[in-house]
Amino acid sequence: MSNALLPAASGISLLATAVDRGVGFLLDTLWGTMLDLLAQLTGIGMLGFPYMQRAYLAAICIAVIGPLVGGFLVHREMAMIADTLAHSAFAGVAAGLFVNAVYAVAVPPLLSALIVAAVAALLVQTLVDYAGAYRDTSLAIVLTGAFAVGSVLITATDGGIAVGINAYLFGSLATVSRFNAALLVAMSAVVTIGITLAYRPLVYITFDEVGARASGIHVKRYNQLLAVLTAVVVVGAMQIMGVILVAAMIVVPVATSTSVRGFKRSIAAAVGVGQLGTITGVTLSYQYDVAAGGTIVLVAIGLYVATKLGVRAGGRTATETPGRAAPRTADGGDEPR
Amino acid sequence: MGLIEVQNVSFAYSDRPVVDDVSLTVEAGEFLGLVGPNGSGKTTLLELMIGLRKPDRGSVRLFGEPAHASAERDRVGFVPQNVGDTTGEMPVTVREVVRMGRYPHRLIGRFRDADRTAVTDALRRVDITDLADRRVGRLSGGQRQRVFIARALAADADLLALDEPTVGVDAESREAFYTLLQELNDEGITIILIEHDIGVVTTHASEIACLNRELFFHGDPEAFVETNALADAYGGTQSIVHHDH
Repeated sequence: MSNALLPAASGISLLATAVDRGVGFLLDTLWGTMLDLLAQLTGIGMLGFPYMQRAYLAAICIAVIGPLVGGFLVHREMAMIADTLAHSAFAGVAAGLFVNAVYAVAVPPLLSALIVAAVAALLVQTLVDYAGAYRDTSLAIVLTGAFAVGSVLITATDGGIAVGINAYLFGSLATVSRFNAALLVAMSAVVTIGITLAYRPLVYITFDEVGARASGIHVKRYNQLLAVLTAVVVVGAMQIMGVILVAAMIVVPVATSTSVRGFKRSIAAAVGVGQLGTITGVTLSYQYDVAAGGTIVLVAIGLYVATKLGVRAGGRTATETPGRAAPRTADGGDEPR
Repeated sequence: MGLIEVQNVSFAYSDRPVVDDVSLTVEAGEFLGLVGPNGSGKTTLLELMIGLRKPDRGSVRLFGEPAHASAERDRVGFVPQNVGDTTGEMPVTVREVVRMGRYPHRLIGRFRDADRTAVTDALRRVDITDLADRRVGRLSGGQRQRVFIARALAADADLLALDEPTVGVDAESREAFYTLLQELNDEGITIILIEHDIGVVTTHASEIACLNRELFFHGDPEAFVETNALADAYGGTQSIVHHDH
């Protein structure tokens, strides 16, 4: 029995070593050296701290993948799904910590969070298909249900795991361990590749779900894909943002860039706005020693308000731009509906 | 063989029947007007015809295959009801929407010359080339309808299904829109149109189907005007809206 397992075990350990080397190269050699250099050049000390280097890496990843799924969710008025999955991920974290405490094993909480959130994503999608629409009620039931499971699990042990849970609820720069940073980079790659491959059907469905179905696109399959990728984003972003605020990085940058013309460009703009928000947020959070998630969200919302005010002011002062002037057909409306 | 063959089809939402034992055939090149009172099952019948729903009883064949499983659904261009509401705040441009017509043919991979030509031709055909970089949500109702038609043309659709496409569109644009539909029909595209305005249907359609759960009439417009099918379908109590634009 043990003899048969031996090759498998050594295979796994070989694989683990290889992954570890790859992670080491990516995080320490490539990213670490780059930021060390930047720290020396600029004289900004915090860029040289390994844990801040990982925090910035996480910030960049979050600001890429959040808007990537957010663009599709926001324009289908499915933003609540992100929040629901975040709370489900919290139940997953609690389950992981619980299992670790009771059975003395070492399941990474992010891994259990990923599994629970992905299952919740499929569950939500099934509920939504069954109810025929993105009903607030079914989302609210899954959201509160998952959070309830989480809170029960935390208190089921003798309070031992309640200590670690705060970091997941509100997010923290210190929770981004090497393992978590590597996991986030991997998850970002999965999300980016997934969205890139499914971009066309997802855009079609977002714009006109019935038309997409009529032309033979497997709407249900792509909806499931989007839900699962959202779960991945939520779990990835959770470490810094915290469960309660993670949905903000999916929603706010996208909402900020709705005045950009063209869907693809608006997503690119949202990624840009997201980068500005997360990098500024992480920096301020370090300098004033306040919660990273909250700081990032406040910066992002600040950008949102400033952009909306700017667009409004621009719309009032500028007379019709050439692109918007003189509609050519007789019904001549150009007013936003 | 017809393009669409509906045979003894019934459909109910849970226990509320909306389509009852309907049979009709749509031939290639036809312009079928679907009329009937509100809640008469017109939209449901259209959805059954293009495979968006599966009948409870009976069969629907689209391009010779069961409609809901047809592999040639990318030959269908669908223009939904209230396109104004669906587009909302999404910052998508006219060109992006028309390009969607190519997506079912090319879900992945680079656009070829044929795809780009199809998009350019479709924009030109419905006369919206100069709107290509505008946001769809900022267009008027009539312009938006043309965008949806262009998307169907870019898809090389040979069947256009339209569900009350001109709700909320002013009279002049409506007339231009129906003239465009007639031209497309003359070029060989089959059209199924749900329309509450009987005048429009009798003017433009080559066939009329009058529905109120059951099929009350199916034939050409001249015969339709002479029968009592309309009054029967509407139960004889409602006055018929008839506009002359």
